[in-house]
Amino acid sequence: MMSGSETLTSGEYIKHHLTNLTFGQFPDGHWGIAHSAEQAKEMGFWAIHLDSMFWSLGLAALFGWFFMKVAKQATAGVPGGLQNFVELMIDFVNDSVRGSFSGKNDMVAPLALTIFAWVFLMNLMDLVPVDLIPWLSGLIGIHHMKVVPSTDPNITFALAIGVFMLILYYSIKIKGVGGFVGELTGMPFETKNPLLKPFFTVINLVLEGVNLIAKPVSLSLRLFGNMYAGEMIFILIAVMYSAGWALGIFGGVLQLGWAIFHILIITLQAFIFMTLTIVYLDMAHSEHH
Amino acid sequence: MNINLTLIAQLVSFAVFVWFTMKYVWPPLVRAMDERKAKIADGLAAAERGHHEHELAEKRAKDTLVVAKQQAAEIKAAAEKQATVIIEEAREKAKEEGGRQLAAAQAEIAQETNKAREALRAKVAELAVLGAEKILRKEINADAHKDIVESVANQI
Repeated sequence: MMSGSETLTSGEYIKHHLTNLTFGQFPDGHWGIAHSAEQAKEMGFWAIHLDSMFWSLGLAALFGWFFMKVAKQATAGVPGGLQNFVELMIDFVNDSVRGSFSGKNDMVAPLALTIFAWVFLMNLMDLVPVDLIPWLSGLIGIHHMKVVPSTDPNITFALAIGVFMLILYYSIKIKGVGGFVGELTGMPFETKNPLLKPFFTVINLVLEGVNLIAKPVSLSLRLFGNMYAGEMIFILIAVMYSAGWALGIFGGVLQLGWAIFHILIITLQAFIFMTLTIVYLDMAHSEHH
Repeated sequence: MNINLTLIAQLVSFAVFVWFTMKYVWPPLVRAMDERKAKIADGLAAAERGHHEHELAEKRAKDTLVVAKQQAAEIKAAAEKQATVIIEEAREKAKEEGGRQLAAAQAEIAQETNKAREALRAKVAELAVLGAEKILRKEINADAHKDIVESVANQI
């Protein structure tokens, strides 16, 4: 089963699936939705992926609505099923924070919960059959629909940059500008020699700078890479469905296997993102490391 | 796969979402969980206390039982002792009374015996006189015994 017309080649099908619904300014000046990957590219930075935003915000709203509903009715008495589930999540996140975060900051645990729940939900969209939602949106006239927000580098980079900003903020807040700069320039090579000091400072700054920048980059690229690759495999499996019934059945088995395996991956990626955020913020809070 | 405004939009929504979770989701849930934890701890403490109190009460009951048993034994012993005393007294009294009655009976018997003896004695004298009279009537002959009668009469 392929979305769109039967004349699509495999390459076009894959490309079609990897194109976001982009709203931006065309080179001729008018604003609108791009009809192809090339047009979307031409729009440059001042364009927005409507599908990524829609699904990520929709999932955030779903999570927020659900958790707030439970939180409002939360009682200290015997918890109901929903509250029990939510408390399980809270306990899980709280344990992770308590295990990795030694400082005292009331923001870290809610942040970790937000990241875990949001990344998990965005990843979860990967388990929806790749053609289902694009086909439905095609019926109402929307031709590009990428339903997994975490396969959009904008989304993962935004999360990582958000975390990075918090790392910088708390590093400076806890250690002061001097302490933070000292941490970037005074380690790992230390010296008392005034002649060697400028030299070491530069080396340290390069090393620690890379170390610092690597945090958000690795955080976002890990999630993006995993989810993009997973999505790609689902798309490739979907291509098999059009290649005769034997390959189609084989593809069905593969899809089932990959989906089951993917349950692990989406949870693991959400967990890794959360845990690393906690660890990075812990490093930002601790004076010495 | 273009980096574009989505990045900034997502960044803003991330910040809002974290703020939302921090403000509306996390605190009530954690508060409820902490409250429940405290409640459970209190309940456990109360159970522990109740258990302890139960133990104390049991101990107290045992002590009371021991004291009561001891008291009962004492009372029983005292009662037995008193009973013995009473029996002893009664026996004593009975013996005394018996002795007294025996003495009275003996005295009466003696009296009766005396009376009977007196009566008998009187009767014997009478009979003797009677017998003597009869013998005398047969034997006496005024002539033969004239001098005796005369001597008696003379003595008057």
